[in-house]
Amino acid sequence: MKHIQLPLTKDKMKDLKTGDFIYLSGELYTARDAAHKRLFEMIQNNESLPFDLQDATIYYVGPTPTQPGHTFGSAGPTTSARMDAYAPTLYDLGVSCTIGKGYRSSAVKDSIIKNQALYAVAIGGAGALLGKCIKKAEPVAFADLGAEAILKLTVENFPITIALDAQGTNLYQR
Amino acid sequence: MKEISVHAIRDALTKMVQDINVNYPSDIYELLQQANTQETNELAKNTLGILLENAEIAKQEKIPVCQDTGMAIVFLKIGQDVHLIDGDLTQAVNAGVAAGYEAGYLRKSVVDDPLYERINTKNNTPCILYTEIIPGEKVIIEVAAKGFGSENKSTLTMLTPADGEEGVIQTVLEAIKNAGPNACPPMVVGVGIGGTFDYAAVLAKKALLRDSRTPNNNPAYAKLEKKLLQLANETGIGPQGFGGDATALAINVEYFPTHIAGLPVAVNISCHITRHAKEVLS
Repeated sequence: MKHIQLPLTKDKMKDLKTGDFIYLSGELYTARDAAHKRLFEMIQNNESLPFDLQDATIYYVGPTPTQPGHTFGSAGPTTSARMDAYAPTLYDLGVSCTIGKGYRSSAVKDSIIKNQALYAVAIGGAGALLGKCIKKAEPVAFADLGAEAILKLTVENFPITIALDAQGTNLYQR
Repeated sequence: MKEISVHAIRDALTKMVQDINVNYPSDIYELLQQANTQETNELAKNTLGILLENAEIAKQEKIPVCQDTGMAIVFLKIGQDVHLIDGDLTQAVNAGVAAGYEAGYLRKSVVDDPLYERINTKNNTPCILYTEIIPGEKVIIEVAAKGFGSENKSTLTMLTPADGEEGVIQTVLEAIKNAGPNACPPMVVGVGIGGTFDYAAVLAKKALLRDSRTPNNNPAYAKLEKKLLQLANETGIGPQGFGGDATALAINVEYFPTHIAGLPVAVNISCHITRHAKEVLS
């Protein structure tokens, strides 16, 4: 079992292989459907982005609201395939890892190989357990999107499994 | 004639949507435990163990089991001798759902316009409401909180009578294989056979609200359920699609008479939580 400190820089990524079960600690960003659409429009219009994509990890999640006395809500992964249209561009711009659940398109796989990046999965439907690994949350952008806003999360021992590594090996087709 | 206040329906729904989002339904939890006991693949067993631990955390700390707290689907069976008082029923149902999603710190996942604006309604309504008139003086409320990772993988196919049982089996297995890890297996699958294009889908949804431990009353359909479950678990998709025995926890089939030319089949895919509850007002 490996523990990795975020950000996932290239030197930390080279030993990570598909099927590896890893605990992540450090900062990552949330973004799902609507946030991706907006980021994509900003990129096309050459606008400055709300956070630095270099070596960033993006978690595809739309959490539940945080209850009083809790640090965060329920926060399991959403289906990654819906972000396939946007992911290659984000990898090209420096994103090192995306986290979600399920299959990715061949275009995403190709982009991961080209950029020597990663795709990882967290356990779908384990939102209560995964939410407890989130120790801090700060708003970053698009607050009007509610659950789809971009947040910066500080996670501790957040469990993921590598599903596509820089060689393009796929967890679901081994 | 029996008077029942729409406020009673509203208040019941407020409680029900909160409850199903933090507490696993007893049928699904029991099947998940059973799958964990029977699983032979080590990674799959580990994954099922994490899901059971997640269920425990959710229950103890009253955190939603899953962040996708779903779109609410309400089935109301209204006794024909009931007079509903105190206002508009549809408004009361939506008010009950909205209040539950607010009070329970549940995620608001509904957008107003599906194609263009897609603006979040911020209260998780409207819900999907089906009403049915039944004999008697009761109101039966059934509710599901349906997540869309699995809903998105559901299918509707108009088979022909010649396709028969083999065609139905192929259609269901295709949908399960296509859903794979995206639908958060081990899945619960609702299958609607017969009726019309639209009604087959309603049957499939109703199948998901059934107690998944109880087979169909008709022995032929009960046998089909068993066969489908066995075939689903032979696909090797396994929990979360990581491989293993437990691809589905249950496959529930509902059927209805259909046209001489038709064999509609709806496959409503649901996840390892499949939140549902029932309450009777009388």
